[in-house]
Amino acid sequence: MARIIVVTSGKGGVGKTTTSAAIAMGLAKKGHKTAVIDFDVGLRNLDLIMGCERRVVYDFVNVINGEATLNQALIRDKNCNQLYILPASQTRDKDALSQEGVGKVLEELKKDFKYIVCDSPAGIEKGAHLAMYFADDAFIVTNPEVSSVRDSDRMLGILSSKSRRAEQNEEPIKEYLLLSRYSPDRVKLGEMLSLEDVQDILSLHLLGVIPESKSVLNASNSGMPVILDEKSDAGQAYADIVDRYLGEDRPHRFIDEDKGFFRKLFGAK
Amino acid sequence: MSLLDYFKISKASTASLAKERLQILVAHERTSRNQPSYLPQMQKELLEVIRKYINVDQDAISVSFEQDENQETLELNIVLPDLPIKHT
Repeated sequence: MARIIVVTSGKGGVGKTTTSAAIAMGLAKKGHKTAVIDFDVGLRNLDLIMGCERRVVYDFVNVINGEATLNQALIRDKNCNQLYILPASQTRDKDALSQEGVGKVLEELKKDFKYIVCDSPAGIEKGAHLAMYFADDAFIVTNPEVSSVRDSDRMLGILSSKSRRAEQNEEPIKEYLLLSRYSPDRVKLGEMLSLEDVQDILSLHLLGVIPESKSVLNASNSGMPVILDEKSDAGQAYADIVDRYLGEDRPHRFIDEDKGFFRKLFGAK
Repeated sequence: MSLLDYFKISKASTASLAKERLQILVAHERTSRNQPSYLPQMQKELLEVIRKYINVDQDAISVSFEQDENQETLELNIVLPDLPIKHT
């Protein structure tokens, strides 16, 4: 049975697209046929993070409008043949997405794919609404920062009242926390909300903590999802997250600061 | 405890301030999330009516809405001002 995952946050700039690209790649690398869809009509960026921006011919809106078939619009990833990208339209306005149209495309994808990752735009407008509406699982990307935590809580309210599962009284969407841009050193200094602080407020199932990392910018610079940088801390954090989501037991990492001077000097980047 | 820790504790951390502010805000937003949308307007109108007859403060009235499995309860709480008791 295919599962639809929405990567959402409410707030912008917290790492939704980075996360969508990384987990979609991670799931595909594990052998699961995966599609990742950009719902940010007018401001598409997933293609850039996935490094396929020059191969976009047709987009999500073309498929909804019947101007292209799904197979014409899906771009096969250059690093993994189990992964496909459905880019957002760059030119149309946000109203180009309709609930019926999105529902149809997802139904068609479900026949062929194991996981469908929906990269939500920021905000709570139509694109964000449609990205989460059909979801089975929600990855809530949150930064340890007041506005991000507040917006995540707001998103949780929307997931539990405005989604298809909520409207049809089905089993609710499974919600997971991904705490990103985490700096254990700053938490130690009392400058940043800790994982525990965030969990006291949101109390979600923690899928993983992604440390603040230089590798994320390097990955987006080169159009390679950060999970492919296996040596990097963020890449490893996302690999753990994919494993945990698939039911494997992985102890949580990147929560405590590096203790020793020598570990800092010679340790992982 | 190192010397460094000692200095750190002398001033309250901004993280704990952030948490405190968030807890208050989120709790407030969660209660209003489940309320019917007419509630703020109704509260305002109720207050106007009551003030025609009794001189009460804005914050002397609280309206709360609760919902469980089979019933919805609207609770209206008005604190009347202390009146001087006349002895004749």
